[in-house]
Amino acid sequence: MENIGALALILSFCLAVYSVLASLIGKWKKKTYLVVSAERAVYAVWALVTFASGLLVHALLTGGFQLSYVWSVSNKAMPTVYKFAAWWGGQEGSLLLWSWILASYAAIVVYQNRRKFRDMMPYVTATLMVTMSFFLCLITFPLHPFEVFAVGKEITTIPDGRGLNPLLQYWTMAIHPPMLYLGYVGFIVPFAFAMGSLITRQPGDAWIHTTRRWTLVTWLFQTCGVLLGAGWAYAVLGWGGYWGWDPVENASLLPWITATAFLHSVMMQEKKGMMKVWNMVLVSATFFLCIFGTMLTRSGIVSSVHAFAQSPIGKYFSIFLAVHIAAVVYLILDRLDYLKSESQLESVISRESSFLFNNLILLASCFSILWGTMFPVISEWITGEKISVDAPFFNRVNIPIGLFLLLLTGVGPLIAWRRSSLESLKKAFLWPTIGMFVTMGALVALGVTHLYALMSFGLCLFVLWTIFSEFYKGSSAISAKSGINLAAAMVELTHRNTRRYGGYIVHLGIVAIFIGFTGAAFNQDATVEAKMGDSFKLGAYQMKVSEIKQGENENYSWGHAVVNLAKGGADLGVLTPEQRLYKADRQPSSVVSIRRRLNEDVYLNFAGMTADNSKAVIQAYIFPLVSWIWVGFAVVIVGTLICLVPSKIRYQFARTKVLGVVAKDAKVRKA
Amino acid sequence: MKPYVKFGLLITVILGTLAWLAAGGISETKTYYKTVAELKEMGDDAHTKRLRVAGDVAEGSIQRDGRRVSFVLKQEALTIPVIYDSIEPLPDTFRDGAQAVADGKIGADGVFHASKIQAKCASKYEAKPGEVNKQVTKTT
Repeated sequence: MENIGALALILSFCLAVYSVLASLIGKWKKKTYLVVSAERAVYAVWALVTFASGLLVHALLTGGFQLSYVWSVSNKAMPTVYKFAAWWGGQEGSLLLWSWILASYAAIVVYQNRRKFRDMMPYVTATLMVTMSFFLCLITFPLHPFEVFAVGKEITTIPDGRGLNPLLQYWTMAIHPPMLYLGYVGFIVPFAFAMGSLITRQPGDAWIHTTRRWTLVTWLFQTCGVLLGAGWAYAVLGWGGYWGWDPVENASLLPWITATAFLHSVMMQEKKGMMKVWNMVLVSATFFLCIFGTMLTRSGIVSSVHAFAQSPIGKYFSIFLAVHIAAVVYLILDRLDYLKSESQLESVISRESSFLFNNLILLASCFSILWGTMFPVISEWITGEKISVDAPFFNRVNIPIGLFLLLLTGVGPLIAWRRSSLESLKKAFLWPTIGMFVTMGALVALGVTHLYALMSFGLCLFVLWTIFSEFYKGSSAISAKSGINLAAAMVELTHRNTRRYGGYIVHLGIVAIFIGFTGAAFNQDATVEAKMGDSFKLGAYQMKVSEIKQGENENYSWGHAVVNLAKGGADLGVLTPEQRLYKADRQPSSVVSIRRRLNEDVYLNFAGMTADNSKAVIQAYIFPLVSWIWVGFAVVIVGTLICLVPSKIRYQFARTKVLGVVAKDAKVRKA
Repeated sequence: MKPYVKFGLLITVILGTLAWLAAGGISETKTYYKTVAELKEMGDDAHTKRLRVAGDVAEGSIQRDGRRVSFVLKQEALTIPVIYDSIEPLPDTFRDGAQAVADGKIGADGVFHASKIQAKCASKYEAKPGEVNKQVTKTT
């Protein structure tokens, strides 16, 4: 069976290479049959990789421990869902998942465009399949998922495996990697279209329009991936942090930042015909960072708590990236004439300018994170000494950036294209600004002295105010005109321009997430040693250890403390933090207990027993407002989904050959 | 002033501020990777810099006293005592024989005071069951 799986992978690798060659030669020699055969090869690659993945998953579910991969990530005692999730629990399997997602995306793209873009599709197919060949090459040669244990020619049967790392046996961890991969891999599609458009010297923005949904959906997947990872770290790692600026976390954030910049700057190209080179650079950079992120997490170049095994694939990735970067730089420079801007910046106080600064600041953040992550490597090159930087570096740079972005979130959407008069600025921002300062004053009066926290809360209110005033203005106009009530008018308003109002809802979610981040300025913690019956206090809470229990099941043995929680005399129930020892690999794992509320979370970790085994060591934390991160996450998902709904009215912007057309001059056409 | 000059100035101010913050952040948090052998040779310099040292946790050396944990980090024949005292609980993978990375400073007493510890379980990545030889099946 493992032979068939390996064979399927080798065949799919050959077909992917064939597809690249057939697309390019077919296009070059104008042989349609070759182009068509290249597209069919894409489907065949998908079928073969699906088949190979199916075999691996089957082996994982049925316990085919003769496969070294299956042995290393699963065992008999694991629940079925984690046996399935073990597909991406290790190096080889995750690369297979990567390949499978890419193959699926490629097949969808080829199918959707089988009658469209005949001119540039061969290049799109070739771009997709180059990456496909690369990943299939990795799992065919250096990192083979179908490697077996064998003595001589005899395959060894092994009774049980080591099991999935217990840290990964948690529901968000089961879906976090596929989400992240769906997002990482998905960005290759806009990239491929951008390249196709560039190679064939397409006029206009066809590549942007046709990949808008891809971009949004993959952005959403990346967002989910990053935030699920944060949620997992919070609930599993036991120290209550959701973000530690670890290289692997940074790797997932980098392409998200450039993707976010791209989502904003394409509006400049669509509405004003500006920033065309920039968009090419951004979409390529996002794709490169996706590949780079995979390289960071998979090759062990930078040491990380996530402790993925060292492996030799770093050099493969470096070559792949170097070749791609060189190709993209050449293409952009060679075709600069096709990427000329159609209008110019006119004023610092304008919508254009807010987009520009949004991009600048996002890129600065991306660069600082990249710099900090790669600092050990860079410093070793330059000084010969390996030096790393820590979380405070990232926070120092990125907190001000975050606050500035938050400000732009409020300002950008309300400011006029081309230029804004002082009068209109006053009209739009006078009250929100007053509201911001009143909030900050009130918080100071309440005793908040943390400067960044004050600014953040003030700005959050500012942004909320501007967003709600936008919704209110639009919907009260509709309601006055058509007589429907305000709520219905708001739905109608959103439906008329889903992209704009969906975007506002995403911004609302971002505000909620910032509120959650800001809560971290007020965290409290305590570590106590308590025997049964002992009480302790943290913040306004009284905690009493009423019981310490121990037991075991077939997967792990456990010990937990039962802690009664009370506040001001009122009983708030029990929390039961637990410590487990997984039997398969003798690895301990803590299961924290959290009382989640919108105002603050109470978070308990059972750190084990003291040396003489008489007392339980309990770490207690209070995390104010942290739940708003997850609330904001949900709002971002809803907002993005609204953006994906087609607008009821399609706005057309007359911008061809006219320099600087104002948005309100746009023609409106009933869809 | 022309708009482009204004943009140029604003961008310079923003990037300048960020670069200044970054430079401060780097000099404040930079940590030098050192081997145990290098630590022993560093002399006085070792007491001022933030250091990161990697090695194996010596068998049976872990002593817990509440949240304060002391152990011995071993790299080949050389060892260094480490004391860890921080609100972050130690990672679950931290135990006898694990590969650990400690961040912190050396005290005047020669003890390494760690503020952060990362660990990965060595056995998870090295030992194989029994004495089986791993071979790639050849497919034709």
